[in-house]
This record gives sequence, structure tokens and C-alpha cells, in this order.
Amino acid sequence: MIPPVMPHGPRKLKLATVSLAGCFGCHMSFLDIDERLLQLIELVEFDRSPLTDIKEIGHCDIGLIEGGLCNAENVVVLREFRAHCKTLVAVGACAINGGLPAQRNHLNLGTILNNVYGSRTGLRAGSAIPNDPELPLPLNQVHPIHEVVHVDYFLPGCPPSADAIWKFLTDLMAGRTPQLGHGLMHYD
Amino acid sequence: MTSPLETAPADIAQGLRRVAIDPVSRVEGHGKVTLLLDADNRVQQVRLHIVEFRGFESFIEGRPFWEVPVMVQRLCGICPVSHHLAASKALDRVVGAMPVTPTATKIRRLMHYGQVMQSHALHFFHLSSPDLLFGFDSEVNHRNIVGVAQAHPDIAKKGILLRKFGQEVIRVTAGKRVHGTGSVPGGVNKHVSMADRAMLLADAQQMVEWAQDAVNIAKQLHAQNPALYQRFGSFRSNMLSLVRADGALDLYDGVLRARDASGRIILDGASDQRYLDLIEEEVKPWTYMKFPYLKALGPELGWYKVGPLARIQNCDFIPSPLAERERREFMDWGQGDVIHGALAYHWARMIEVLHCMEVIRDLLDDPEILTGDLMASGPRQRGGVGIIEAPRGTLIHHYEVGDDDLVSMCNLIVSTTHNNQAMNEAVRSVAREHLDGKALTEGLLNHIEVAIRAYDPCLSCATHALGQMPLDVALVGPTGELLDRIIKSHSGDMVHDLSRPTGLAA
Repeated sequence: MIPPVMPHGPRKLKLATVSLAGCFGCHMSFLDIDERLLQLIELVEFDRSPLTDIKEIGHCDIGLIEGGLCNAENVVVLREFRAHCKTLVAVGACAINGGLPAQRNHLNLGTILNNVYGSRTGLRAGSAIPNDPELPLPLNQVHPIHEVVHVDYFLPGCPPSADAIWKFLTDLMAGRTPQLGHGLMHYD
Repeated sequence: MTSPLETAPADIAQGLRRVAIDPVSRVEGHGKVTLLLDADNRVQQVRLHIVEFRGFESFIEGRPFWEVPVMVQRLCGICPVSHHLAASKALDRVVGAMPVTPTATKIRRLMHYGQVMQSHALHFFHLSSPDLLFGFDSEVNHRNIVGVAQAHPDIAKKGILLRKFGQEVIRVTAGKRVHGTGSVPGGVNKHVSMADRAMLLADAQQMVEWAQDAVNIAKQLHAQNPALYQRFGSFRSNMLSLVRADGALDLYDGVLRARDASGRIILDGASDQRYLDLIEEEVKPWTYMKFPYLKALGPELGWYKVGPLARIQNCDFIPSPLAERERREFMDWGQGDVIHGALAYHWARMIEVLHCMEVIRDLLDDPEILTGDLMASGPRQRGGVGIIEAPRGTLIHHYEVGDDDLVSMCNLIVSTTHNNQAMNEAVRSVAREHLDGKALTEGLLNHIEVAIRAYDPCLSCATHALGQMPLDVALVGPTGELLDRIIKSHSGDMVHDLSRPTGLAA
């Protein structure tokens, strides 16, 4: 790896990550940088992320967003990330265009609810749709994140490969415009 | 199933204070815990909520069946191979591949054991070890994989490399580390190449030794604080898993077996195709995750644990020598009784990592992964059930397919869903024992999460169901202007309404 030039001197960059309506696969691919993770933690400090117990996001240099928007809470969290991150990155198919979960967009939510909670095989008689106030309202359709906030970079793939994520992050941290190039830019 | 602390008494519910752990962190997916406390900080209600919905079962219906093994991997990025293979096994029946070829079975098994190993390593080293190494109420900024890498660089590095090996086994057999395409209805689509086999074999023995080291770490943790490891998050329950026909531990295929809380077998030798006769699910209003139970025992008595702790104690033996030796030591620790402590999951999980590595090493030496028929077929069937032991427990996929090749019915019961009641019981047990009557600190609240993490829940997997009515959807532009808002009432009427403020505006 080319050691990044630290534009801020010795300060570690702050990195936050979140999975909205995703499957965690992009986070897995991020961890697939394997031993390079040990290099990365020399350069960045994790803020809110599923990997830490920091529940409220602080001011960050980079925010990585996995997943699209399928409920009101996703929207609130996305706005918090946008407000706190200098650079916001849509990572993976779901954040960029809704991904596989958006396959529900042609279906009527009410019909699906009744199907899943009211009339399936193997359900106890009298089961009904969950409706507790603790549960965030679902959106009628799954939306990509750029429909709600400004996004600085889009990193495609389902998931993007670990090499693509690594190239992207090292370019960004070194102050270069991230260039994936042939072999790293793919959509599957 | 109703348990103490599930619902606060109605006469005092109004005056209680709500404390939320939101989001539950260092787990896969989205969950939160809410506690209701009275004026004396006595815990009156504890619930683990699964707050997301994605609707997989519904949108899989209508898709061509051959897409399904690739689609369903997007349920979960940590254990995609489990869904890939459970769907393949169900659809093998549809294409009449009964059985699939020995080559296909062995390559799938290699893929699966690689996955169980990488998922377990990720869970133990990347997610849970900070609690176990530093203490449940250690400093929050230190309590993560970065802290482990700084304080115990050797442990962190071995964890990363163990997981890497498992991921490489998946890449070699499935084509990609996450969301590969190696398994198809009727078999697999490629052999293992000589070069890939040599690459994996070069490290295999080293990984077996490191897996043994991981078991030793788990054992040391138990030995250092036996009282905590015995009691924390402990409650008695049934347990369920697949076992091989001869009672051996088997993660890829087998028959259903269940034992009661004292270890007596209450169900054995049940065909996976019969799951609907055995298991029923209940819905509760406060979570999107359902609650399964054994039909014969009913919802109050029939719920169970799944996953490593259940599997290790449900089988008669582990069919690999090093892991079997460790299983016996584990059973001795229980002194003849079933081990129910939540933290024992970690020890059992590491024994499985060791077993997986022994199996992987031996399978890599098997010539049938290099050559032989990849695909089988036979008379077409209308549907099928595929059950596999995913890292987190028993995973059920059930499909019916029409003459037009489109899926007409899909039912999924994922591992974490089986553990729903068990996880709720674990957090209630911890709340009673550690939080009741105290002023809640971040460290005390983390005790609740430690109990949840022990189960290694995969909350993405568990959110294939859908949410709540009525609906209120607002589309807000990047600068905050309201572009559209649709409100749908219980009766299904849709109204476009741009006049009222939404809850979404920044």
C-alpha cells in the first residue's frame, strides 16, 4: 500500500459506518480487507458503526452508508450521517438504487403484511400484524439514499469487493480523487 | 408464550420510565432493547425489538426458481452461504436431484463449513471478544475490535486470518466471498481447481492449530470466572438442531432432533420435509420477528434454543477427533446437567470452528472435489424443504414451484428467529440479576447487549417480514422540501397530502 499523505497532519480521520436496509454484506466485504484492517486502524478512528458501541454519531470525516431506505428510522439515521460527515459514500447496490429489497416496490404493502402475519402456513391461529409504537413506520417503497440527501461518492457492487473498498478509502484518505478502474468497478 | 417481564403490569404501565438501547451494536442487523423502570429503578418490562422489515418471502413468490439461491443470499451478508445452500437443497427436490452427486455434496459441504468457520470467527473475535477480554463495563471507546488489536495484537491477527481462511474457502467454491453463485438447484456449477486446493491446503493445518487456540481462549475465560460464565443470562429451555442419522453433529444435512431442558430427547429422527407438522410460529405486536415453538408442546412450553450451544449438546458425538475431545471436556464442565448459560455459546462456537477446520482439511484431500459429475436431475416435483444448520442455528427454506417455473409459495424460518424467545429470556434474566434497582450506567446496559451477542443474532436474516399499518410515506428532497406524501388508512384508501408536517423533516 502507498502510505497516504495525511492532509491534517497526524490526526486520525474519523470514520462512521451504518447499515440501513441492507444485509450487512458490504460491512463484511469491508472486513474482507483482512490484515489491511490493522493498517487502517492506524489511520482512522471508528465513530458510530456496528463494530463499536458508539450509538450517537459525532463529527466525522467519512461516512459509509450500506443499504437503502425502507422505514422512517432509516431516513432519520441517514440525515444524521449527512449532517455529521464531511464525505458521505453510498456503498453497494442497496444504497445506490435500492438493491434487492426494492423488489418489493411493485407489491402492495398491506397485502404483504396480511400474507406474512395473518394468513401463512405454520402461523398460530389469531396472529396479527405487529403494531407497537416502538416499531418504526415502513415506507411504501424502498428508496435509494440519494433521493433524500446529497451523496458524495457511489461505490457500486453487491457487495463492492474488499479490494475496491480498500482502493477507494486509500485514495480518499490520501486526498486523491478515488479511481476504481478496470476490475474493481463492477455491479454484481 | 408469555414470560415474566415481557409486559409491564397494566395498572402501573403508565408511570414507568423508558430506557432504550438503540441500536444494539456489535451484532448483525437492526435491533433495539427497551426497558421500563419504576420510580425505584425496578425493572418491569424488557423487550428485544426487531425493527426492520424487508418482505423477502413475498417478493420471492413469482420469481423463476433458479434465481432463488442467489436472491436469498441478500437476506444476510454474514451467512449468505446458508441461505444459498438451504434454498439449493429445497430446489434440488424440485428438479428431481434426489440425491445430488457426491461431488456436489462435498463441494457444498466445503463451502458451508468454510462459512460457519468464518462467521464464528467474525463473531467471536471482531464482535464479542472485547466484552470478554476487557469486561462488560469497560471503557466504551476501547470496547471494540480496534481495542483488541491494540491490547492483544496476536489474538486480533489470528482472528482476522482465521476468518480470511474461511472466506477464501467460500471464494474458491462459490466464486465470490460474499454472495457467490457456486450452488444451483441440482448441484454445483464448478469443481475446485488444483491450484485453489493447493493454496488452501498450504494453510489448513495451521488453521486447525489456531482453531484449537481459539477453543483454549474460550476455556480460559470460563476458568477465570466460572460463576459468571455459569449464571450469566442462564435459563432452562429445550434445544433443537439437525443431527446425522447416527446422532453425529452435522451442519449440512440430517434429521431434526430436540431435547428438553434436562437433556431428555423429546423429538428424534424427524424428516426435514415434515417441519410444518412440528413447528408453529406466533406473532407478538412489539417485534417484527416471529416466535417459533414445537407444536406438540404449545407456545408456553415448546420454545427452544438453536445454534452452537444446542448443537454441541444435542448430538451424540462430533465426527472429528480434536473437536470431539473438546466436546467431552465441555460436557464434563456441566457435571451431568445441560449447560444453559448464555456465555457458554462462545465456547461451543469455538469447538465448532475447530470441527469445521478438521472437516475442511479432510475434504480438501478428497479427490472427488476435483472431478466427477456436478449436476443431477430426475422427475420434477412441485416443491421441497431445505434445512441446514447455519452458523446461528437451524435454518428452514420451503418453496413450491408452478409448472411455469415460478415460485408460488415461499416460507422461511431463519436461525435467529428460532432463538427469539431465548434471546428475550436471556436479556430478562440479565436485567433481573444485574440491573434491577440500580441506577443504569452505560456499562450496566452493555450487560444486556452481552447476553444478546452471545446468541450471535443475525437481525438482517430475521427481518424478512413486513411492518405496520396505516402507512405514512413522505418523499423529501435533498434540501428538505416535501416532494410527496402518501397516507394510507387501514381501509387501504390512499391520499396524497402535502399540507401536514411530516415526522421526517430535518
